[in-house]
Amino acid sequence: MRGYAHVYPRDHINTDEIIPARYLNTDDREELARHALEDLDPGFVGKVKWGDFIVAGENFGCGSSREHAVWAIQGVGVGAVLAESFARIFFRNAINTGFPAIECKGISRKVEDGDELEVDLEAGVVRNLSKGEEYKFSPFPDFALEIMKAGGLLEYLRGREG
Amino acid sequence: MTITEKILAAHSDRDEVGPGELVEARVDLVMCHDVTTPPAVSMLEERGMDRVFDPEKIVVTPDHFVPNKDIRSAELARRLREWTRKHGIRHYYEVGRHGICHALLPEEGFVRPGMVVVGADSHTCTYGALGAFSTGIGSTDLAAVLYSGRLWFRVPESMRVVLEGELPKGVYSKDVILEVIRRIGVDGARYMAMEFTGSIVGKLSVEARLTLTNMAVEAGAKSGIIAPDEKTLEYVRERSDEPFHIYTSDPDADYASTVEVDVSSLEPMVAFPHLPSKGRPISEVGHIHIDQVVIGSCTNGRLEDLRIAAEVLRGKKVAPHLRAIVIPATSRVWLQAMREGLLEVFVGAGCAVSTPTCGPCLGGHMGVLAEGERCVSTTNRNFVGRMGHPKSEVYLTSPATAAASAVAGRIADPREFLC
Ligand code: SF4
Repeated sequence: MRGYAHVYPRDHINTDEIIPARYLNTDDREELARHALEDLDPGFVGKVKWGDFIVAGENFGCGSSREHAVWAIQGVGVGAVLAESFARIFFRNAINTGFPAIECKGISRKVEDGDELEVDLEAGVVRNLSKGEEYKFSPFPDFALEIMKAGGLLEYLRGREG
Repeated sequence: MTITEKILAAHSDRDEVGPGELVEARVDLVMCHDVTTPPAVSMLEERGMDRVFDPEKIVVTPDHFVPNKDIRSAELARRLREWTRKHGIRHYYEVGRHGICHALLPEEGFVRPGMVVVGADSHTCTYGALGAFSTGIGSTDLAAVLYSGRLWFRVPESMRVVLEGELPKGVYSKDVILEVIRRIGVDGARYMAMEFTGSIVGKLSVEARLTLTNMAVEAGAKSGIIAPDEKTLEYVRERSDEPFHIYTSDPDADYASTVEVDVSSLEPMVAFPHLPSKGRPISEVGHIHIDQVVIGSCTNGRLEDLRIAAEVLRGKKVAPHLRAIVIPATSRVWLQAMREGLLEVFVGAGCAVSTPTCGPCLGGHMGVLAEGERCVSTTNRNFVGRMGHPKSEVYLTSPATAAASAVAGRIADPREFLC
């Protein structure tokens, strides 16, 4: 995966900022994607390109259980979120949807807005092509990788039932 | 083992489990509402997995955008309603008989000690007040559990929250949990089970305990839990004939951390924008002019909360410039509040009284804020834009403080209003 970084170094970016409740009257993913990060950065949807990354601080995705937050970010083309840490339900939702939520310590201080990054999920490495740096992240737990490989929790479940 | 570990072990046919272990647990009860359930249903339908594991173990209550605020929310509600009919899900609470999910399920006797409960809503942690393991999940998790009746969990570390002392006048369980979150931060209990103990817990009513566990997720916790006692059993037996199992933590159970709060010195608390952890004692608040007050939600919309608010508002008027909105959390609470004359107190004071709904709590409808407006609210979140415009502000308080603020037109100390 390769793309440019959109850095929001703040901690506790919450689901109300990622997809405000005023848009929760629909689960249409294209519609949700049009409002991704609207209350955090109203310009985000206009500048994000397919495959780009969001880089953030601690406890990204805290608040509501709305999976709409993952769908909105995924729908607008974000390849992965790289954060210092994630809130529990957001992390679970991401795995269940097969969307990489990558916990990478120090990332929000090292990466600058606009840096070109390459993420290697298998190796557990983020390469900062603009700065010539590498950051390691702890690989996903096995069960999470299995779910992601299956394409999400429901596919995993169906596969297991044969 | 802790109470949480024991419940998870029993539901995954293990003698013992410890923090960090993954278990696949049987789920006893699934809560569904109008925002997160329709997408889960669509996921199942699209994959040809359209079945439910046990219609008796599913409770459905449209609550976020009801009575439907627009065409889109009406469509969500219709999809939800049609699905419940198709699968013979009896425990469906239509508008008029409905309530905010986390107030309704305990009140209707669905939640009992020792259960594993999940719901596609982050405040599902509320039910832990009755000694159940209970946690919030997303829509894909919900689809999986509706289909299979089971779900993967990572056994959480437990944080012990010890509450001792005497609650001073004007200080309630809401103030206590705001103080706990102020101390540990919004990620202070991330991924953990918060277990509330100490002599104060025993003195609190079950309703007041539900306020404590409700806000566990505001400290990042996976669940909040309180060991059952006589009050719990009385509450549950009044509402259910079903059997249940009582678990308690062993004296030598392992806790990742302990937080001790002597509540005797607490003042009414106000959580400032834009995090629940930005609590300040009322004496340090200063003059803050407000435009709206909301009394309600799964945190503080139960009967006891309305009684407290009515005690403050009785014979008074809300400030002329201000809107006060009171939302009983369930139809049952509404009816009882009417019988007790509480609604008359509210309307007489100049409040709007709404049918049960989440409404303004998440900036849905029934009290959305304009740019620059300030609201004192008994809800649980005050994130940017939570109740409306991204430049509006929400201050979280107890029902007493909210009612006092409604009268004063600014954030006010309820102790001046209580006899
Ligand atoms: S009242 Fe607020 S916090 Fe509670 S379930 Fe409804 S939207 Fe969520």
